[in-house]
Amino acid sequence: MDWQEIVSRALSREVRAVSRLISIVEDRRAGFEDVYAAIYPRTGRAHVIGITGPPGSGKSTLVDKIAAEYRSRGKTVGIVAVDPTSPFTGGALLGDRLRMQRHSLDNGVFIRSMGTRGHLGGLSRATSGVVDVLDAAGYDYVVIETVGVGQSEVEIASLADTVALVQVPGLGDDIQVIKAGVMEIGDVFVVNKKDRPGVERVVAEIRMSLDLAGKYSGHHGPATAMAAATATATATAAIAANAWHPPILQTMAESGEGVAEVCEACDAHMRCLVTDNALVERRFRRARSETMKIASDLIWRGLADDARTLGAAEGLAWKVARREIDPYAAGRDLRELVVS
Amino acid sequence: MMDEGRKIRVLVAKPGLDGHDRGAKVVARALRDAGMEVIYTGLRQTPEQIVAAAIQEDVDVVAMSILSGAHNYLFPRVTQLLRERGADDVLVVGGGIIPDEDIPGLQECGIAAVFTPGTSTGDTVKFIRENIKR
Ligand code: B12
Ligand SMILES: Nc1nc2c(ncn2[C@@H]2O[C@H](COP(=O)(O)OP(=O)(O)O)[C@@H](O)[C@H]2O)c(=O)[nH]1
Ligand SMILES: [Mg+2]
Repeated sequence: MDWQEIVSRALSREVRAVSRLISIVEDRRAGFEDVYAAIYPRTGRAHVIGITGPPGSGKSTLVDKIAAEYRSRGKTVGIVAVDPTSPFTGGALLGDRLRMQRHSLDNGVFIRSMGTRGHLGGLSRATSGVVDVLDAAGYDYVVIETVGVGQSEVEIASLADTVALVQVPGLGDDIQVIKAGVMEIGDVFVVNKKDRPGVERVVAEIRMSLDLAGKYSGHHGPATAMAAATATATATAAIAANAWHPPILQTMAESGEGVAEVCEACDAHMRCLVTDNALVERRFRRARSETMKIASDLIWRGLADDARTLGAAEGLAWKVARREIDPYAAGRDLRELVVS
Repeated sequence: MMDEGRKIRVLVAKPGLDGHDRGAKVVARALRDAGMEVIYTGLRQTPEQIVAAAIQEDVDVVAMSILSGAHNYLFPRVTQLLRERGADDVLVVGGGIIPDEDIPGLQECGIAAVFTPGTSTGDTVKFIRENIKR
């Protein structure tokens, strides 16, 4: 198959072609920019949902159940599950799929595992491109499971339309959820493992920090009663108030309890984004961040590929090491050389 | 850039009802430590599930482990399904408790190599590196 054929087959959701296209994009194989140009006009239709939270909180289990729930509603789901690549060997053990294998024979679900491949956020550099492939292939939802450490939350916020932040009881006394910046990016809060003691406390902590951030409307009764009705009520209220108040939902991902409500809340969030015209804003932010990243990649690549700049960089680095100039001055010199 | 391109992707799978998973995990870890991306799908997979996963993950290698004695049925079934889906460019290797006399038959069915107890994982790594079809 040449690439045009792969693209046209992938666009009609032929599994092998979709999968090959993902590899082309992930590995940046020869011609991948042409491929990207060909699929990009077909993107933008999927609802991209990011699932983030600490390792072991049940993200994979939840993604499995979310996919099952959307399937039962007749929707198709693409899943991108990211696990860490070892910085020492470059290898990776990708185990998220283990919890999703029951979907493997369902043509309406496509699961792809990825290593971070040296990228330091909670995603890989190519995750955005892989999401675009699944989007172009016509999956109604694209669900991304992040690594759940490092800068996952920040990265996923610039990629997903809806971010679900998973927390669990029993992670120690440190209030996980108040990690700086994290509250800002959660559109839906999921407290998983509600079968474990301490759920109420986690819910209360999330609510408190949402209150502090002025994000929680707080008129929806006790957290224990938060279920479908509440998610919908919250959503409705949010639309009326022209602002989204992130719901706090309790789940038992293993049994699937509460997962329908999570899906409901994600859908409600999307409706709210559309009504508010906020979707345009989010997608613009993603486009901007992607464009800047690619530009800086290309600039860096130009630097590293060009013998002249490489030689200059080396010379400047020696000067910095010998304390003859400072690193900012060297950086500016190098930039002059590159842009000239 | 220099080395950003391809990584060897391997699906490590346990077909059938066999619950012996130590060997599969040892192999999975060894391949990871050799710089490969290893997708582990856990116990009790049907050949159909294994092939579907191999295609979605676009792996270079399917590595299966069987200690239960069902290899003469399960291994060839996987290679047959891969062929039917047009994915016969995937290298298939197997391991576990497999009598020597069964190995030639398995190789005829498209299992490129069989690794039994006592073979070092280093041999497996070397074999994969030298034999992937791309
Ligand atoms: C440990 C063990 C168990 C443990 C398994 C624990 C676990 N989670 O894995 C337990 C106690 C649960 C168990 C149970 C049973 N066992 Co048992 N078990 C063994 C034993 C002693 C060791 C297996 C092992 O873990 N070896 C260590 C690992 C690292 O080695 P390995 O798997 O062989 O893998 C190496 C190579 O084979 C190769 N390799 C393996 N897979 C792959 C895959 C690839 C792709 C590659 C490249 C290489 C490769 O590389 C590995 C590293 O060198 C073997 C006997 C033996 N000496 O092998 C019996 C054995 C496998 N068990 C056997 C039996 C019969 C059973 C039971 C049915 C017993 C019963 N009646 O209840 C149950 C069935 C369980 C089930 N659900 O399937 C028989 C199988 C007979 C057969 N094949 O005809 C054996 C051979 C014992 C015997 N001699 O009878 N067992
Ligand atoms: N008790 C309990 N365990 C769960 C629940 N959901 C998931 N788990 C378990 O938590 C562990 C980690 O799950 P996994 O989905 O792999 O988490 P991830 O690392 O965030 O992807 C597994 O052993 C799951 O079976 C739940 O609701 N309750
Ligand atoms: Mg996971």
